[in-house]
Amino acid sequence: MAQGNALGAARGSASASKIAHLQSQIQLRLLLWLPPLAFLGLFFFYPLARILVTTFDPAALTPDNFHITFSALRFTVYQATLSTLLTLLLGLPAAWLFARFEFPGKSLLRALTAVPFLLPTVVVAAGFNALLGPRGLASFLFPLSSFQFSNTLTAILTAHVFYNTTIVIRIVGSALAQRDLRLEQAARSLGADGARVWLHVILPGLRPSLLAAGTLVFLFDFTSFGVILLLGGPAFATLEVETYIQALHMLNLPLAGLLSAVQLTCTLALSALYTRTAARMRVQANPRAVFESARPPRKGSEKLFVTGLVALLALFFVLPMLALPLRSISRLEAARGERSSVQFALSGEYYRELFINRRGSLFYVPPIRAALNSLGYAGLTVALSLLLGFPAASALARPGELERWLDPFLMLPLGASAVTLGLGFIITFNRPLLPENGPLNTGHWKLLASPWLVPLAHTIVALPFVIRTLQPALASIPERLRDAAASLGASPVRAWLAVDWPIVWRASLSAGTFAFTVSLGEFGATALLARPEYPTIPVAIYRFLSQPGGLNYGQAMAMATLLMALATLGILLIERLRAPRGGEL
Amino acid sequence: MLELRGIHKTYEGQPLLRGVSFTVAAGETVCLLGASGSGKSTLLRIVAGLERAEAGQVLWDGEDLAPIPAHLRNFGLVFQDYALFPHLTVAGNVAFGLRMRNLPRHEIRTRVAAALEQVKMGAFASRPVGDLSGGEQQRVALARALATRPRLLMFDEPLGALDRALRDHLLEELRGILHASGIPAIYVTHDQDEAFAIADQLALLHEGVIVQQGAPEQVCAHPVSAWAAEFLGLGNILAGKWLGEGRVETALGVVEAACETAAGRGASVALLIRPERVKMGGNGSRLKGRVSDVLFQKNGYRVTLENGLFFFAHVPPQVGQEIVFSVEVECLATESPS
Repeated sequence: MAQGNALGAARGSASASKIAHLQSQIQLRLLLWLPPLAFLGLFFFYPLARILVTTFDPAALTPDNFHITFSALRFTVYQATLSTLLTLLLGLPAAWLFARFEFPGKSLLRALTAVPFLLPTVVVAAGFNALLGPRGLASFLFPLSSFQFSNTLTAILTAHVFYNTTIVIRIVGSALAQRDLRLEQAARSLGADGARVWLHVILPGLRPSLLAAGTLVFLFDFTSFGVILLLGGPAFATLEVETYIQALHMLNLPLAGLLSAVQLTCTLALSALYTRTAARMRVQANPRAVFESARPPRKGSEKLFVTGLVALLALFFVLPMLALPLRSISRLEAARGERSSVQFALSGEYYRELFINRRGSLFYVPPIRAALNSLGYAGLTVALSLLLGFPAASALARPGELERWLDPFLMLPLGASAVTLGLGFIITFNRPLLPENGPLNTGHWKLLASPWLVPLAHTIVALPFVIRTLQPALASIPERLRDAAASLGASPVRAWLAVDWPIVWRASLSAGTFAFTVSLGEFGATALLARPEYPTIPVAIYRFLSQPGGLNYGQAMAMATLLMALATLGILLIERLRAPRGGEL
Repeated sequence: MLELRGIHKTYEGQPLLRGVSFTVAAGETVCLLGASGSGKSTLLRIVAGLERAEAGQVLWDGEDLAPIPAHLRNFGLVFQDYALFPHLTVAGNVAFGLRMRNLPRHEIRTRVAAALEQVKMGAFASRPVGDLSGGEQQRVALARALATRPRLLMFDEPLGALDRALRDHLLEELRGILHASGIPAIYVTHDQDEAFAIADQLALLHEGVIVQQGAPEQVCAHPVSAWAAEFLGLGNILAGKWLGEGRVETALGVVEAACETAAGRGASVALLIRPERVKMGGNGSRLKGRVSDVLFQKNGYRVTLENGLFFFAHVPPQVGQEIVFSVEVECLATESPS
């Protein structure tokens, strides 16, 4: 107001009220921003800063540590490069298939290829284990083959391709569908034959999308944790896995910090690279461009291509997800002394065992408690992330200068790996959060010892998804319609109920389901943070899988099937709730 | 040189082209004029070899082009919105066709420079095409098509996206370039002003056939049907009833017209009254009408009567004024000859 008073009297009153209005706007915005920023600051940026600080500890910077870090980095880059190339190898023909051809079951197949991306990593790992692992269905069907899948690089690469093919299909596929046909016609009228049209026109046109898809796939392969830990076994240590081992098994926090810092630097660089490549994809938009619509295959070679690829994709994307529930209800036990003749029987035993607290079992509680823990954590995550995400999303829905500047910070947790987050929590919260002698300190309560830590970490992971789900919905609220309702005599509350509520309700349910599904499947941070007596479903699956014995294996399958069912329900709900573009009003 | 014989094509189950035939002679620009959606662009793509006709032939000097794929036909094609390769520079775009012909590097360089000079874009050679304005992009697209020295140039509404002043200017230039190069051309448009500005020959495409082909002045003087006269904007089209002995009953009254109709008394005929053939006042004016609108245009006043007739006058009457006038009437065929 001081500025307002300083202005001349002639235009003083108008300007003053304008400035007062602006100030109250800014205050409102700050109020909206305070909770999410404070939360991110305390539970994301502060832990990451603590990791970086430990790196400068002389204990971290030893030749041995450098050697371990370097070899982990080398393997991470190696497997991510291979995985990305293989993903492109399958994804490109698949993208061409979906962009170019119509065939029965197309939308179902497209959905099938997208499902793995949304499933928890442990479910995917368990699915491949159920199909190709040492106790898997394939080894039962072909008992004499010497094929080994588990604990090989092949397993890691296969699961990564399974996970990320959908990214290539989506990004490159949409670029293929949006390419301007007239460029190809122009090239042909200028004398280019089919191969040269591909080489000189289509491929250069696809290059931005290929780069973007490749970078994103590489980023996901680079930060992959659950797949490598569960399918690769101890021999394959990426930065993520090595961080986990050093932090949890070796209790070497300085080295874990160093590994995490390297990981963090790489992922941030990759994220930045992706943002740049993705921005370059949106350069050309020609309003009169002519697009090619998909059509049924005509020539013999086209039919062969479509049939073969559809069959391959269907098998590749269905078999692991089918093997998992099947394996969870089948007993494959060798009769005593006769290893070669394995008997097969359907049984609900593995599910029943989940409810029994056996002496000498892995847990001190019936395994099904893990499901209850997971549901509890997921509920807390939903509440927390909606509470924090709503104000941020409402501010972002009508972005000003401040919002454009803050927006990337909110999305940063997407780039940081979950294991890094978990390590940050361990380093940061293994001390009392409040000053030792402060007035609020009630004894020696540490956050690390509390079961609260897991939902807090899950909220950090889920928050970007929640904000990105809420923001477009809130932005689509037609404010004019609210004004119209008011001018027709509706009270502000009734206007809000009529205009805002249907959109807000839908978006919240969708965002909440997102947070719920993310929390259910989260493995990286939870593996580091979950206390032994409070396992979550993914943690329990991992523990079952890493123990010998058919019963443990079967229970892992049963748990993973439960998780798959829950996650699939969540995905279906989100799909159903996806708001029609531009709102439905 | 180019001859089309009975081209047929269906589009989404509907017949689009139903036997299109016309010819393009050496050094001649044929303007293919038709309404939006009449199949003009499809016809061009068939000539270019980018699409196949279901029936009919495309002949070049009497040779059937069906077995020759698009990239070996050496026909240049210029699109509306230009279709420049966004990943190449101006020079890269112009060089594209020459590279496809595996020409030596130095020859490509000289021919690109020459083609760019021809369209006055020499200074832009190393610029990315995304930086260019619409008119500049169209010049580059033209240079790209010219550089390969095609046997035939085809233009698919090339100026549709440009504003009027620029369009008139480019049309004039294009006409000069086409005549200087001697390359025969097909120019597709739905805009009759554009057509008159460039065409040596007009070909009117209507309901899947060429209803009329000829020099512009000849087509204008003798439009083959009511549709052709209306589409070319030649004037007032009136429906009338043939009363015999050179008399036709219309909404204006009974007028004299020399219709040659095979049908007898009472048959429907269509009449054309060109605005320049309406005379206000004077002796022998027997028709009357009340002025409903007077609009100043650059070359005079456009006068509209309550009965819908319009014409131009140098001295405007008052709105609401009753005037007497005389008309000269031409008889048209109501149906396109098939």
